Amino acid sequence: MAEYQNIFTRVQIRGPLHAGVPVPRGPWEREGKPFFSHFMGLIGNAQVGPVYLGSLGLASLVCGFFAIEIIGLNMWASVNWNPILFVRDLPWLALEPPSPANGLAIPALNQGGWWLMAGFFLTSSMILWCIRSHQRARLLGMGTHTTWAFAAAIWLYLCLGFFRPILMGSWGEAPPFGIFPHLDWTVAFSLRCGNLYYDPFHMLSIVFLYGSVLLFAMHGGTILAVSRFGGDKEVEQSVDRGTASERAALLWRWTMGFNATMESIHRWAWWFAVLTPITGGIGILLTGTVVDNWFLWAVKHGVAPSYPAIYGHIADPAAAQGGS
Amino acid sequence: MPMLTFEKKYRVPGGTLLGGDLFDFWVGPFYVGFFGVTTIFFSVLGTALIIYGAAHGPTWNIWQINIAPPDISYGLGFAPLMKGGLWQIITICAVGAFSSWALREVEISRKLGIGLHVPFAFAVAIFAYVTLEVIRPVLMGAWGNGFPYGIMAHLDWVSNTGYNYLNFEYNPAHMIAVTLFFTTTFALSLHGSLVLAALNPGHGEEVKTADHEDTFFRDFIGYSIGTLGIHRLGLALALGSGFFSAVCILISGPFWTAGWPQWWSWWLNMPIWSLGGH
Repeated sequence: MAEYQNIFTRVQIRGPLHAGVPVPRGPWEREGKPFFSHFMGLIGNAQVGPVYLGSLGLASLVCGFFAIEIIGLNMWASVNWNPILFVRDLPWLALEPPSPANGLAIPALNQGGWWLMAGFFLTSSMILWCIRSHQRARLLGMGTHTTWAFAAAIWLYLCLGFFRPILMGSWGEAPPFGIFPHLDWTVAFSLRCGNLYYDPFHMLSIVFLYGSVLLFAMHGGTILAVSRFGGDKEVEQSVDRGTASERAALLWRWTMGFNATMESIHRWAWWFAVLTPITGGIGILLTGTVVDNWFLWAVKHGVAPSYPAIYGHIADPAAAQGGS
Repeated sequence: MPMLTFEKKYRVPGGTLLGGDLFDFWVGPFYVGFFGVTTIFFSVLGTALIIYGAAHGPTWNIWQINIAPPDISYGLGFAPLMKGGLWQIITICAVGAFSSWALREVEISRKLGIGLHVPFAFAVAIFAYVTLEVIRPVLMGAWGNGFPYGIMAHLDWVSNTGYNYLNFEYNPAHMIAVTLFFTTTFALSLHGSLVLAALNPGHGEEVKTADHEDTFFRDFIGYSIGTLGIHRLGLALALGSGFFSAVCILISGPFWTAGWPQWWSWWLNMPIWSLGGH
């Protein structure tokens, strides 16, 4: 009954190290001497390296380093440069954005200026890395799907920390840097907008997030199940269908009456993964700008039930005094 | 008979777990099998009961239909049909239908001579569902701790259950689960992108090979896990998401009743900090 299910590679076959497909020479070379790792070889390729750094990669790493340094040193300063408190309180420490009173002005360094600078360097780092993925793909004569998927993730990041604060007129609307603090921000944000669960674009984003996990479980499971027929060679199977593709297709056709193909499953995968941050970003952008309270929005549109008015009329004390 | 061009030679008898060749046939594209029959039984009965419950409820609004579990006062006993009894029978039907579906996948996999990864993966999802609706309610002593069947109703349940523990995002297993959910989606986008990029190169380019895929990822991040490894990694990440989701709700209530932010006091109270005089 017990069969080999191909969870680990039992016998690692070591060919010569692969230097990579040749590309036109530029000012930069691939860096590092590649080597074999037995541990990596248990689940995937044993070869580690080489890597191509390039000017974009270097610039990206430098920007990322600046961002981490600014965040870390500000956190350390917040505990009076005490090294033990820094380690102990690290999950609670934050680099907070400026206060709401600051609006969209450039704040003093210790009043949110460092936050703005860290955000700038982190954003630059991500965008540089994204452009780099485009360059490498083009040099290798491949499609640029990775770049656009990466751009979708950057879109969500910028919606939270850049676009929405600008629409709201204050950097103070953005999340802080910090482990627990950004979780606190998320919960407070949801409470302030009347529970983000009622935001239809949040619903869509969750559907695509869970859908992505479901798809990877289905796809990963299917390919491993047909790996004894060479199913993991997906590109070859796409252009020259073998029995692995046929059995993978029939598994789903017989199970649910429908099947993807070896190529189309990756289109499903790409769109589910990419739509997660795209719809999530839209949901964030609408919050506080177009819709103040998602629960009241849901009641108005018949999505959530309205509570019966059991307390009678309550005079608004602010309105009674002629205030706003 | 709707069949793919290559399908006929795969439609052979055998591989069943129960019923021999009695249910070993197809209806259209669907394989039936003994567990196909039980799937139909449980899913039709369960769906009918949901519609029956909705008919007795206050609304046909699809968002607001709600089949709630019994009141906490019923404990682990049976409740009257319209006071949570429906929820109890629907839950039995759901577990029966999900399990039948998984066993039907086992039969299909055996018939095709392929591995059992897909039914195993589905079993992890069933485990998460059973944790929410059976294991945790039993540990807490009342079916009323299960979540209700309704689109907005189950969202409200998730929201309220989370705030019962002040801030659920401080739940360490929830942190791991969310991280795995995001990582799985991230890995799926990278894998989907890479295969599409090899199959759909620019104009005038030829379809690329696994060597190109490996080279792209080594250039990009210094390591390429490879065509087999990415599916092992993806499956492990996805199953980890489901498993830690089950763990994070299982420990909330039966094993931890305070707010989750307070849980982290063990870290602050470790004796090593006092070595520095704090």
